[in-house]
Amino acid sequence: MREVAVISFAQQLGRSISDINEVELLMPLMGEALAGAGISKDRVDFVCSSSSDYLAGQPFSFVMSLDAFGPFPPISESHVDMDGAWALYEAWVKIQLGKADIALVYAYGKSSPGDIRRVLSRQLDPYTLGPLWLDSVSVAALQARAGLDAGTFTEAEIAAVVAANRRAGMSNPHAHLTGDHQPDALLAEPEFVAPLRKHDCPPITDGAAVMILAAGDVARELSARPAWIRGIDHRIEAAALGVRDLTSSPSTALAAARAGVNDGPIDFAEVHAPFAHQELIVRSALGLGADVTVNPSGGALCANPIMTAGLVRIGEAATRITNGQGDRAVAHATSGPCLQQNLVCVLEGA
Amino acid sequence: MSDVTLPASLQGVEPVKAIRTPATLNYIYSAGRASSHFLHRVAEKRLVGQRCPACRKVYVPPRGSCPTDGVAMDEEVELGHSGTITSFCVVNVPFMGTLMEIPYTSALILLDGSDIPIMHLIQEVAVTDVHSGMRVEAVWVPDEEVGPTLESIKYFRPTGEPDADFATYKDNV
Repeated sequence: MREVAVISFAQQLGRSISDINEVELLMPLMGEALAGAGISKDRVDFVCSSSSDYLAGQPFSFVMSLDAFGPFPPISESHVDMDGAWALYEAWVKIQLGKADIALVYAYGKSSPGDIRRVLSRQLDPYTLGPLWLDSVSVAALQARAGLDAGTFTEAEIAAVVAANRRAGMSNPHAHLTGDHQPDALLAEPEFVAPLRKHDCPPITDGAAVMILAAGDVARELSARPAWIRGIDHRIEAAALGVRDLTSSPSTALAAARAGVNDGPIDFAEVHAPFAHQELIVRSALGLGADVTVNPSGGALCANPIMTAGLVRIGEAATRITNGQGDRAVAHATSGPCLQQNLVCVLEGA
Repeated sequence: MSDVTLPASLQGVEPVKAIRTPATLNYIYSAGRASSHFLHRVAEKRLVGQRCPACRKVYVPPRGSCPTDGVAMDEEVELGHSGTITSFCVVNVPFMGTLMEIPYTSALILLDGSDIPIMHLIQEVAVTDVHSGMRVEAVWVPDEEVGPTLESIKYFRPTGEPDADFATYKDNV
């Protein structure tokens, strides 16, 4: 296996970014990420992007986004219609195959132009669930109800997750829904889509992120402390919600085992849990000890750019490793309804 | 594929061969900073492009970024309302949503002062007379109907000038 590290990361997230289009959103981030790596774009061997036409509301929208990189002379590039964490995975594979030493990964999406709850319903199967317009909050509420009924977690534990994330987000300049809340006060709030309360749900976020990966000695040349990807794996569960146990995440557990999460101590974790109860499910599937800090960034409860939030978890973890705020971290990304697909990544500073 | 044995309650039931599940999603589209600026100038009956600081090419409509170099373009360039047809297509097949009477001509027009053609209609000329190199000019809708849309230009029509030298549009064919 080749050694691969995250050497640079840039992001812009916000409530509604309506004055600029996706290319205008991405372009400064490309510059920032390249500057952070100390390279010009001609050193990039492979570009992989992530976005969804369903967010943009237009076909082949990702093709235009390449204007933000400037794909000339012709470049080697690819695209995934999944969270940016899967674009990172494709880039990692490309580097493993020896086809690239430096890869640039980007993800973007505006959730605000459409009705995101209806838009996300389109990822359900088109025969039985799609026609019901079962929206993303309702699907998550079914999962929360299943977990509460099974005794997997309690409402008090969900409220504690919300309080911890929103408080952590207060020190993250990229977080836009933050605050210092007492769990008891949160539990006094009315239900929104039972059993979920509004604060259990993610904000609607527009955003983009750019990450640069490099192999072995190239990474050492370009970064004083690269964040090494020591393990990475992703797994998927059935599309039909009815055949899954929504109270657990076997795909996360399998990916965590394959990525070697518990082969060493974990200093902190970045978990992609758009809905508060999902953090409890993922935390359990990752096998994290009670002492492990989860989401020092505030997580997706503070900023949830669809298609980008998973890559942001890896970027946040990598930035902390590079800054010396930890030596070994686990980052998790999810895609699909009720944690259908999960990616787990172990990052180390040495 | 193995055979499926249906429970007794479903035997003899007519199979469903197709279902129709209509879906509609509405979006509020953001043209973005560069395109919004361009469209506001169109509402003033002006056509503006942007020049790339690296390759010096002038793009219209401007996108804020040079697709070749990936750098921001902030130099605005005022363009002429005349241009040269680089290539064209005579539409002979009606399709859903078209407002035009066939046959008609859709052409790529390299506006004077720009380096990339825009697509628009050619009228006031027989479709058989349209050709590459033909000089054309914009015909705007009445002033009270001009707005932030390329539909503010009704179509392009021949100017009657001699054809443009091939060298002036050879990079766009």
